[in-house]
Amino acid sequence: MSTATSLLVQGYEVVIGFETHTQLTTQSKLFSRASTSFGAEPNTHASAVDFALPGALPVMNKGAVQRAIEFGLAVNGHIAESSVFARKNYFYPDLPKGYQISQYEIPVVQGGVVEFFLEGEKKTVRLVRAHLEEDAGKSLHEDFVGMSGIDLNRAGTPLLEIVTEPDMRSSAEAVAYARELHKIVTWIGICDGNMQEGSFRCDANVSVRKPGAALGTRREIKNLNSFKFMQQAMDYEIRWQIEQLEDGHAIQQATVLFDPDTGETRSMRTKEDAADYRYFPDPDLPPLVIGRDWVEKTRSEMAELPRAMAVRFVNDYCLSEADGNLLTTEKHTAEFFDAAMREVLNEEGSTGVRHAQGVANWLNGDIAARMKKSGISDIRKIPLTAWHVVTLVRRIADGTISGKIAKDKVIPAIWDGRLTSALAVDDVIKRERLKQMSDSGELEKIIDYVLAANAKNVEEIKAGNSKAMNALVGQAMKATQGKANPAQVNALLKQKIG
Amino acid sequence: MALTPHDIARVASLARLELRPDETERVLGQLNGFFTLVAQMEAVNTDGVEPLAHPAAILGSVALRLRDDIASEPNQREASQRSAPAVERGLFLVPKVIE
Amino acid sequence: MSANFDLHDLSVFDLAARLAGGQVSSVEVTQHFLKRVKNEQLGAFLAVDADVSLAQAKAADVRLAAGERTPLLGVPLAHKDVFVTRDFPTTAGSKMLENYRSPFDATVVNKLGIGPGGAGMVTLGKLNCDEFAMGSGNENSAYLPAKNPWDLSRIPGGSSGGSAAAVAARLIPAATGTDTGGSIRQPASLTGITGIKPTYGRCSRYGMVAFASSLDQAGPMARSALDCALLLSAMAGPDLDRDSTSLDLPVIDYATDLIAAYARNQGAAAPKYPLKGLKIGLPRQFFGAGCAADVLQAVRAALAEYEKLGATLVDVDLPLTELSIPVYYVIAPAEASSNLSRFDGVRYGHRAANYTDLNDMYKKSRSEGFGDEATRRIMIGTYVLSHGYYDAYYLKAQKIRRLIAQDFQKAFTQCDIIAGPVSPTVAWKIGENKADPVANYLADIYTLSSSLAGLPGMSVPAGFATSPAGGGMPVGLQLIGNYFKEAQLLGAAHDFQMATDWHMRQPGGSV
Repeated sequence: MSTATSLLVQGYEVVIGFETHTQLTTQSKLFSRASTSFGAEPNTHASAVDFALPGALPVMNKGAVQRAIEFGLAVNGHIAESSVFARKNYFYPDLPKGYQISQYEIPVVQGGVVEFFLEGEKKTVRLVRAHLEEDAGKSLHEDFVGMSGIDLNRAGTPLLEIVTEPDMRSSAEAVAYARELHKIVTWIGICDGNMQEGSFRCDANVSVRKPGAALGTRREIKNLNSFKFMQQAMDYEIRWQIEQLEDGHAIQQATVLFDPDTGETRSMRTKEDAADYRYFPDPDLPPLVIGRDWVEKTRSEMAELPRAMAVRFVNDYCLSEADGNLLTTEKHTAEFFDAAMREVLNEEGSTGVRHAQGVANWLNGDIAARMKKSGISDIRKIPLTAWHVVTLVRRIADGTISGKIAKDKVIPAIWDGRLTSALAVDDVIKRERLKQMSDSGELEKIIDYVLAANAKNVEEIKAGNSKAMNALVGQAMKATQGKANPAQVNALLKQKIG
Repeated sequence: MALTPHDIARVASLARLELRPDETERVLGQLNGFFTLVAQMEAVNTDGVEPLAHPAAILGSVALRLRDDIASEPNQREASQRSAPAVERGLFLVPKVIE
Repeated sequence: MSANFDLHDLSVFDLAARLAGGQVSSVEVTQHFLKRVKNEQLGAFLAVDADVSLAQAKAADVRLAAGERTPLLGVPLAHKDVFVTRDFPTTAGSKMLENYRSPFDATVVNKLGIGPGGAGMVTLGKLNCDEFAMGSGNENSAYLPAKNPWDLSRIPGGSSGGSAAAVAARLIPAATGTDTGGSIRQPASLTGITGIKPTYGRCSRYGMVAFASSLDQAGPMARSALDCALLLSAMAGPDLDRDSTSLDLPVIDYATDLIAAYARNQGAAAPKYPLKGLKIGLPRQFFGAGCAADVLQAVRAALAEYEKLGATLVDVDLPLTELSIPVYYVIAPAEASSNLSRFDGVRYGHRAANYTDLNDMYKKSRSEGFGDEATRRIMIGTYVLSHGYYDAYYLKAQKIRRLIAQDFQKAFTQCDIIAGPVSPTVAWKIGENKADPVANYLADIYTLSSSLAGLPGMSVPAGFATSPAGGGMPVGLQLIGNYFKEAQLLGAAHDFQMATDWHMRQPGGSV
């Protein structure tokens, strides 16, 4: 529950709950052995079960249950010892059986929380439940006059539907929740998070009320498939509802869709009797029983979760929360950082902690930028290793090279493949003769040369124009091919100019 | 509890069935007769009794069997669409679905 | 071929022996039965394909020639038209599935058939039944009613009416049926043949067009307990990969003990009281005023035979017997209403020729495709599951279902097998009960409760009804066993059949 004062909009409190459908990363479907992989020719990834042929029967996929357990553990939810599959009955062409196998009264995961930070403030969103259900097929409308084409490749794909309490009090909070949930499910590997392909689909239940009043009637914005449009859609809906209320109209419960072109939400055509799904336990499926040893085994094998890792980085390495969050946005980056720091600590002992900020800065800064530019999303695929980064940081710290040299010379040498990445940083420094010039004698000679060649600048500096100093520093750096220590150059120049 | 024509219409709509007016009359009569029979259930005390969803559960708890996550079903579109009313380019054709 | 008998008078057991002994080929046997089936007037068959059957028979002969000697190899049978088959259309007795061709075979069909791993039987065709197995007289078939070979003006029972008629008229030596509320036992009783519904989960439901998922069971129908045992041995068994309700129990050979018992009976060592020690429970509720007097008379006479064989009769109590009717007729239609939703004209089955939009297509296709009884049950099922009624109807019925199952367990502490009539009347005249479908439901009273509990049950020919109304029609004795006690039921039926000859009687004018 949000502990801070809610952000009122025109005097109204905003109440938001989310339902997210995540497609699970199983090979086969929830109840059939057809493939779940995306992009196949229509109806080629469907078995008798998916076509709902007479006589077909469902058989449960263990991998889907495994992923449900992992999610339940990741959010500290309760994994039900026995949960029941129920039929949700309605007619739609992409629903071949005329019912969806889902979970109704007793879901596999109960409760749980998702925590995240919004502008420095900690938020906690409670989950009601997460349950397993099958996805529907797809209707295609182009190319068919007055008809739709039904593709059942997606029908039967396992979904985990994650439902929150209406704990969110602003659209920003809701988007932050969605991002955190996205991080969790991709981090633990149960969902690939590809929103364009429909792997992570959000429905937002939005209502408004005067503070202290009862909950307002909510409208559901369906199929929010990008973070960008998510906030826009909710903001529009909030303003629209407030406007309605201010005009004296009551809010009718409805399902709405967001139109990115107009920026508006509009009510979907309501289906008659849509609400009467006639749920009953599926007689083809006995209850799903999950023993405690399966849960404990899963718990012991699960990787550390992003929030816990961020907290550890902040505590153990004296990083800011912002840095902690940035480093744990993506699992492999966080593991890269962790591995780098372990190496440092192995070498130097606890004094190595002082390098943490440097390593974090490289990962969050230059390396992140390079990855984005090269289109690499997995840090394990970059030419640099954790050891490279660690050595870089230490060589800058001990003055061997400057940060600029590291960025402009060392990293490109390895990244662009000119030199093999098997080379150690020290070897690169040696090969490319990048070592910072620390020999005062040689440096002095260069400084003298620069001073002699730029008498005009010297005059200006003596006259009080300190900016002219930069030009001299620049020239000196150039003359030393960047290998001089800029601080040292500055000091020597000042000393000589007087 | 007697059913009304409204009930019949609602149920028929839920089940996507179309009854002619004379059929509605007849079905109404038959269902009302049926539900008189069903009302007998009220007399049985079922306090504290769990529903029996799976007959085998009488002998002890039944658990859902789980299969390994392997995609072993091949493409069987052609055989499966042999009895389809309308197919084009591998897609089942239906009157346009309005969202 | 000896003039003393025809191939169609032989039991499955004897036919198999002759095939194994090389006295006749599967092709000859198949041709013989195909001839009998051709132009049959009982409305028993919905699909026949001589080419397919003869090809299977040839394959059986190849296996026989190679020395294979398995109990059913080369023997023909036919399947109730709710088992999907690749080689024949499957209609489930409905216009909804006219000309439907399944791309896969039901597990039961595979287990009995000529394919790899199958018992090697030859499929002669698909048998008529009530639409989607809903009915007790085969009058709800969308194609044509089936007729009772004992009296062509009467129904053969249902829903496995075609199976019963075909076996009783000796058009085939054996058939598969399905039993949800009595649909194997009742037609078997009404046509004087033997049939068994095993424990729920004993046979795979994969490939059986679903009616009521928690009740449907496949079972054999033939002219003797021994024949049923031979078929059940092949049909039953776990189908763990395809049916989540299939029980993980070892496959049992039901026939060997019966064959041994038969052999024992021929010799001097034949036991005088083979059923000594067997306690047969008679529920008060099965022997009341609701049952026709001449039916009870035949049943009691059969029970007297059991006593002669050494069994003891005891009274037991099944107080919820009458309640089993509303309980069944809430649960079965509820499950059916959902199972039949897939028949929407989208991917297979009937699609209306004219419609205005999607919803109209659904309504017209379904209304045109489903008959009156199926429509009625879908309506009932939809209603009892709908918002506001679920607790009072569906949930309530499932609770009473547990009480019914518990009552049986109590009764089984006092007896080994429960016995009584199968049906309160003999086969009625075609068209007689059409006006009042609810009256038909009441006639299921003796079979519904064991279905709800998931217990195995048999019908064994026990005599004939001698009253004018009874018209000399067959009467079946019902035997209900505890879970997994099919062997005990078959044994008790077999011992009875070795001491009596009701099961050998033939209808006078058939085919």
